[in-house]
Amino acid sequence: MRYDILVIGAGPAGMTAAIYGRRANKTVLVLEAASYGGQIINAHKIENYPVAPHISGFDFATKLYEQAKELGAEFVFEKAVSIEDKGADKIVGTPSGSYEAGAVIIATGSDKRKLGIDREDELVGRGVSYCATCDGAFFRKKTVAVAGGTRTALEDALYLADIAEKVYLIHRLDKFRGAEADLERLKARDNVELLLNSEITKLNADKRLESIEVKAKDGTVQTVEVSGLFVAVGRVPENQNFAAVIDLDDKGYANAKEDCLTRTAGIFVAGDNRVKEVRQLVTAAADGAVAATAAVKYLNEKA
Amino acid sequence: MAVIKVTQENFENEVLKSDKPVLVDFNADWCGPCKMLAPTMDAIADERDDIKVVSINIDDEDELAEKYEVFSIPCVVVFKNGEEVNRSVGLRPRADIEGLLR
Repeated sequence: MRYDILVIGAGPAGMTAAIYGRRANKTVLVLEAASYGGQIINAHKIENYPVAPHISGFDFATKLYEQAKELGAEFVFEKAVSIEDKGADKIVGTPSGSYEAGAVIIATGSDKRKLGIDREDELVGRGVSYCATCDGAFFRKKTVAVAGGTRTALEDALYLADIAEKVYLIHRLDKFRGAEADLERLKARDNVELLLNSEITKLNADKRLESIEVKAKDGTVQTVEVSGLFVAVGRVPENQNFAAVIDLDDKGYANAKEDCLTRTAGIFVAGDNRVKEVRQLVTAAADGAVAATAAVKYLNEKA
Repeated sequence: MAVIKVTQENFENEVLKSDKPVLVDFNADWCGPCKMLAPTMDAIADERDDIKVVSINIDDEDELAEKYEVFSIPCVVVFKNGEEVNRSVGLRPRADIEGLLR
């Protein structure tokens, strides 16, 4: 079956695009590699989305999913691995086959960036975590480290300082991007120690994480005993499979303006994987609406 | 069979002394990915009678979570003959969860 619009990614951007596509009476297929919802399912509470002052990420995602399904969007849980542009037809490949559509909206969002050191994958759930609010509670009265210089790293360190006995914040540079207020609040905490100009070079573990090796720019190496390591070194946009049809910037984000158009007619991008200043639920949803409306216009002009 | 709720009290009987392999789903009410995983665990419990599926709330049963070194949820641990033989962390598709039993 050929769809009018194929959406890649069932996060807030993709599912909003599906709603707008269906309301314009186009057939819509959403391809999702994991489960519906995207990153937001990890949020315990959302408090900045208009009209929904206290909703859990799970409820938000589930309501959005049900809304899109109720309107007639179809969902298939497969990973899109390629897009081929044949003019009026776009062929989206998955590991087991392919789907054909008149227009494609890429709303793949982003994935966590890893440190990229030995044993990192093996120790996930055994001390290594990428989500302080999800896993922090398991480190009550223990010593943990946060790796990264992002705003999330600062927020994670503050959050963990309330739970853990001691928190090390380890950053490659000696400066943090933004969030000055969080940095000041961190410095005021007795149980937080900053290790700057330093990077983690080794994870020591038997069954679970026991310590990390930290190497400073001046060459000194120390072993720091920690039970938990929270990695907050940023995110990676998931556009790598689509570079044949869209332009990417040096960090891998899709080069598209607020109009969500790409260099290929009939292919649009929406959400966190697009170059943008503000990555929030509401801007993801907005992108979904803009991209779907543009896709509908494109299809109607062709018809 | 439905998913059985397990606490410190019935853990030994339901899990350690079970004659079938047991899938133990460690979860919490505040954990979104755990809620996403729940229908998968329900489906496995309903459709397979060669295994047992149990659920442990880590907030109520922090001693069990600590004892089995659960540091991230959802965490599914497979027990056979009273011993842990495999585990997975995070939201996984059904095929991965059932793959833990192999």
